[in-house]
Amino acid sequence: MPETFRLDFTVNGQARSLDTHPMARLLDVLREGLGLTGTKEGCGEGECGACSVLLDGRVVNSCLIPAVQAQGAEVVTVEGLAAGGGLSPMQDAFLAHNAAQCGFCTPGMLIAAEDLVRRCPAPDKEQVREGLAGNLCRCTGYSKIVDAVQAVARKEGQP
Amino acid sequence: MRSFLPDFQVRVPATLPEALDLLAAEPGAWTPLAGGTDLMVLFNAGRLQARRFLDLSRLFELRGVQDEPGRLTLGALTTFSELREQRVVHQCFPNLVKSARATGALAIQNRGTLGGNIVNASPAADTPPALLAYGAEVELTSPAGARWIPYADFHQGYKRMDLGPAELLTRIRLPKPEGMGYHFYRKVGTRQAQAISKVCLAAYARLEGRVLADLRIGLGAVAPVPARATGTEALLRGRALDALPFEAARDALQADIAPIDDIRASAHFRRVVAGNVLVQMLKELAAVRA
Repeated sequence: MPETFRLDFTVNGQARSLDTHPMARLLDVLREGLGLTGTKEGCGEGECGACSVLLDGRVVNSCLIPAVQAQGAEVVTVEGLAAGGGLSPMQDAFLAHNAAQCGFCTPGMLIAAEDLVRRCPAPDKEQVREGLAGNLCRCTGYSKIVDAVQAVARKEGQP
Repeated sequence: MRSFLPDFQVRVPATLPEALDLLAAEPGAWTPLAGGTDLMVLFNAGRLQARRFLDLSRLFELRGVQDEPGRLTLGALTTFSELREQRVVHQCFPNLVKSARATGALAIQNRGTLGGNIVNASPAADTPPALLAYGAEVELTSPAGARWIPYADFHQGYKRMDLGPAELLTRIRLPKPEGMGYHFYRKVGTRQAQAISKVCLAAYARLEGRVLADLRIGLGAVAPVPARATGTEALLRGRALDALPFEAARDALQADIAPIDDIRASAHFRRVVAGNVLVQMLKELAAVRA
């Protein structure tokens, strides 16, 4: 029995509304329903973190969120990090430290890093590693990503 | 292959009585859905048997932490992150904090719930050994009322539970340890984050001077269910910390566990490592300055 519902939520500060199935993945709602393709699908089972978004201010795997649980929620995707057309300090730091190679994990890394520095403004290396432990990168070896996050934490990442 | 959306139905009850009535009206028809971190994995892989879901995430009755003298009561929807953020959990139940921290990574901890971790009934789940070591009880609620049972009696066999088709696991209750206590938690996995346990051991010991007055050991990933090491506990209870029988305890543990070979580890590996972790714990205990 097909059944859809009207999903009303906030995405990157804007009220959005669309008809979708309650079990549709938030990942697909964002990518296919709203055209926000910055959020990536890697493993599709909550292991790799490529689909990370902020849901009500906390990092989550959007591949594991049924649309019904996003009702009324506030979602931030990688597209929402850059305010007013410029890059966010975290995005600038990733550029400055060459913290991306193929770039596939980068949106999820940026979201997890953003979540971390909001909770913990001056993380040490261990805290950065734990904050990013759910995000896999197969290119960089992580060191440059950790450097970029710590640079933002030290306020060096700002232009 | 991905699941076909139109095959699925979801109800979102606004209150606990509404949820219980739906369950009771068609026993077994509705599968409760909480944080979704286990169910959605199967759903995404097209391997989810259930087709009709009861989304519990709006039930405020299943949220919250009640801190009273002598005990702590946790709503079934308490997330792993909430466990990590509660001062009282850090103070009284450090193993529970460690187990929450060992579950998945942050994005999972922000969604996954304690009740879901219990009812998903994976023998390798990370919080059950800690709950067993602390002598937790669980509340099971149906339209007929609520009953509390020791968590140690909840799992009856692989994915079999003392949970009726019209019942929901609603709360978890833990007696606060009193006196001089020792807490131990160790998960052995491939890496710290995201890995599923090969072996997990949690223990809580009450000390009277240099005597092991009481001891509870909870185990994960070494039996069809999260299990207490009752034989090992009996061997060690009442012993002096200066005369703990390491090797006899290692042997006793072998009779308490029934590990299997699977993709994560062999049964042999699990037996050896479970024994090693137990002896590590006993050596730590022996070094306690009481």
